[in-house]
Amino acid sequence: MSTPLSFQETVLALKKYWSERGCIIQEPYDVEVGAGTMAPETFLRVLGPSPYNVAYVQPSRRPADGRYGENPNRLYKHQQLQVILKPAPADVIDLYLGSLTAIGVDLRKHDIKFEEDNWEAPTLGAWGIGWQVMLDGLEISQFTYFQQCGGFDLDLIPAELTYGLERIVAFLQNVDSVYDIVWAPGFLYSDVRLKDEQEFSKYNFELADVGMLWQLFDLHEKECQRLIKISGVVLPAYDQVLKCSHIFNLLDSRGAISVTERVGVIGRVRKLALGVADAWMVEIGAKKEAAA
Amino acid sequence: MSLPFLLEIGTEEIPDWMIVPALNNLQDMFQALLDQQVLGGRVTSVDATPRRLVLRAEGLLERQADVEELVLGPAKSAGAGAAGGFAKKMGTTADQLGTQTTAKGEYFAFAKRTQGQATVAILARELPNLILKIQWPKTMVWNGKGTERFIRPIRWMLTLLGRAVVGFEIAGVHSSSTTWGHRVLANRQFTVTIDDHEHVLRELSVILSADERRRKIKTEVDALLGRVGLHVKQDRDLMETLTYLTEYPTPILGSFDRSYLSLPKEVLVEVMRHHQKYLSVEDSDGKLAPHFIAVMNTNGDPDRLVRQGNEKVLRARFNDARFFWDQDQKKKLEDRVEDLKTVTFQAQLGSYYEKTQRVVRWVTDLGGEEDAQRAALLCKCDLTTDMVKEFTDLQGIVGGLYARAQGENEEVAQAIYDHYKPLSMDMEDPVPSTLNGCLVSMADKWDTLVECFRVGMAPTGSRDPFGLRRAAQGIVRISTEGQVNFELPQHGELAEFMRDRVEYYFRDVHGFAYDEVRACMAAGWNDLLDLWRRLRRVQAIRPTPDFELLAKSFKRIKNILKQAAYSDGGSYRKELFETGPELELYNEIVRTKTQPLESRIGPLRPKVDLFFDKVLVNAPDPGIRRNRLALLQSLLTEFSDVADFSEIVTERQP
Repeated sequence: MSTPLSFQETVLALKKYWSERGCIIQEPYDVEVGAGTMAPETFLRVLGPSPYNVAYVQPSRRPADGRYGENPNRLYKHQQLQVILKPAPADVIDLYLGSLTAIGVDLRKHDIKFEEDNWEAPTLGAWGIGWQVMLDGLEISQFTYFQQCGGFDLDLIPAELTYGLERIVAFLQNVDSVYDIVWAPGFLYSDVRLKDEQEFSKYNFELADVGMLWQLFDLHEKECQRLIKISGVVLPAYDQVLKCSHIFNLLDSRGAISVTERVGVIGRVRKLALGVADAWMVEIGAKKEAAA
Repeated sequence: MSLPFLLEIGTEEIPDWMIVPALNNLQDMFQALLDQQVLGGRVTSVDATPRRLVLRAEGLLERQADVEELVLGPAKSAGAGAAGGFAKKMGTTADQLGTQTTAKGEYFAFAKRTQGQATVAILARELPNLILKIQWPKTMVWNGKGTERFIRPIRWMLTLLGRAVVGFEIAGVHSSSTTWGHRVLANRQFTVTIDDHEHVLRELSVILSADERRRKIKTEVDALLGRVGLHVKQDRDLMETLTYLTEYPTPILGSFDRSYLSLPKEVLVEVMRHHQKYLSVEDSDGKLAPHFIAVMNTNGDPDRLVRQGNEKVLRARFNDARFFWDQDQKKKLEDRVEDLKTVTFQAQLGSYYEKTQRVVRWVTDLGGEEDAQRAALLCKCDLTTDMVKEFTDLQGIVGGLYARAQGENEEVAQAIYDHYKPLSMDMEDPVPSTLNGCLVSMADKWDTLVECFRVGMAPTGSRDPFGLRRAAQGIVRISTEGQVNFELPQHGELAEFMRDRVEYYFRDVHGFAYDEVRACMAAGWNDLLDLWRRLRRVQAIRPTPDFELLAKSFKRIKNILKQAAYSDGGSYRKELFETGPELELYNEIVRTKTQPLESRIGPLRPKVDLFFDKVLVNAPDPGIRRNRLALLQSLLTEFSDVADFSEIVTERQP
């Protein structure tokens, strides 16, 4: 068996693979998001009738999943490689399997299964049909045919391929902890990211100022509501949605949201997201007028 | 000449549990199409893998037979003009028309001959629609808004009638004579004939037959485990899942560290089964062994990479489970009761805390003592544990295990452990093993029923989101099989709902005749144990020669009382009875009064018959008439604590 790729070689190999298959290679979105799907390159680009193929690594922050760097598998921030193929080509599964080969998975020596797993993100008014892809019993990807986003039935059906990079690389490098992944020659994942996990776990669970977060949530919500009504500023409006969503996650990890409040706050974020999607549809000419 | 037919719908991976119902649906629809179009032939088999649905039929005609039918035109009296118009409509000329005499007079008529269509043309026309009509729980579009819907994208269609391709198109895919091999082992297209189709698939590492895949898994599992004296824990559902999750299943044996065996078997099995779809392995004593079986969708594991990978994943999962277990022990169940205030039972029905309070009351009402009440109080607390949040199917079980680990007594622990039982409508699912478990289970289910009905969430049609039918069935089963008396209400919407479940249970599960159940339930069904006893009695006396005859007389009595609008009860004046059959009947009733039903039927039956033969109930004297009605009423009442025999259906077909 050849030496497994390092973390960065894996990322580079995937980017190269998808770039050779017509994808724009984007850089990560620079506002905090919980998943690659939330980056505007997915959430907004899947709307409307224009084809779009894009791949990017998206660092995804989930404050409540932090474990102070002490759990071998759970991270506050993990790296997702997100691929959108809009519309999905007929050989999309073969393309996906090809990408695994590109990062050193000899498919004939492994067991690949596609197990039903439909995806739904109520806050984004989005859902899709698909699978979790299992490699030797490990879930390595989510494969989703988007059906709806921002509450709209999609004109073209995109395939979204999400690679959990830490998991995949830990698996291929055969290490039990993500922190033992070789990121680059001479540098482990822990060298690059451990401090990050420790400090943010402390902040997210113990220090984030709850009162301030609620204020920020209100401010970003107001700003979003203001921007939605103005034409030509959908992307700035969407940034405000992402801010609200991240603040919500922070409040959640601080244990500051009661069960009864929860539904209400999620509803507020959802309303903003749907409003932005609606404005975007008008902006790109896929819809005549904004919803009242 | 008759032709064979083959259809293969090639798709991306279909969820395993949807495949069999879809196949059945496809088979029914295709057979109906053959019948409707009079194409001859019958479906001989259906089979599937996750990537293909296959149907075979034989004996199809090459084309439909020509049909001649007589079409009636205008009345002959309408004249030549009308005849001409009719002829034109029929595509002929007036001189080709005949006449036909009907009850209404003479009409122009035409023997219209329709040429049968070629089967290949009919199939080409009908199949796209038929395929897209296969019923799925949830469908998707893949070609864009408003395009065809199917369970997953259709990627090829193989359709052969004899040697000919039945040509059509769905969602841009054209049918052909080619199939595809296994995604990894033989990812290529291949042209097939009807005869070599299954063989070619095998060459392409696809085992089409689910039976064969199932057998392959079983045989190879036995070979892997037999030599080390182990066996898999039987799990029919998981076997089905694995059979329909693979095109070329190959089981492998993996191991885990013995130290994980300190976790409860239930937890380990659930982790393996639910998250990893592994079969658990037991030794000859039924104890869990530190091994598992994973079923691959490929033909081997030459470098042991698959085994190593699966073992690694399982290790991480078990570590999580151990972490949850340790974490959860930091807060006892009894300290979690308050936390239930934040766990919603149902939006309209409040929290699990409130539910718990009610369940404790119901248990007390049912006669539950200290242990049962304690179990009721703690039974929902595991909903707040990390373990149950991760493995929801273990609710109850985890509570029971934690209760035991935290020093609750064995009765309490077992009652919590069992209180969701029976888990399904499957009659083989056990009911709780202890009386306290039965009480808590019934109280919990009854509370759900009462509360849901109270706020108008009774099941409608096939919609039963809260599993109320299952809950009701559970109560009926626990009450009878667990021998726990449960007083069911007899009136209102919930009572009607329960009545259906009771009827179903005794009829379909215990095999009592429909009318026996009706008869016995008419005599009351609030006490199911009592009802069961009465049913067995009625069933036992039913074959005796006098029973049905007496039942018939009872029906007659009931009709007479009904016609007379009699409602005065069974109090009569003895001195008004006439000597002869009337008095004899009375005497017999009195003589046998203390005897059980079984020994009264024989002597009473001839007396009743004689009474009806000789005595006019509807006597001219109103006093006599009333007295006789009262006698009949009292006779009816005699047995009414066992069953209403007038409900017995006596006119049975030979």
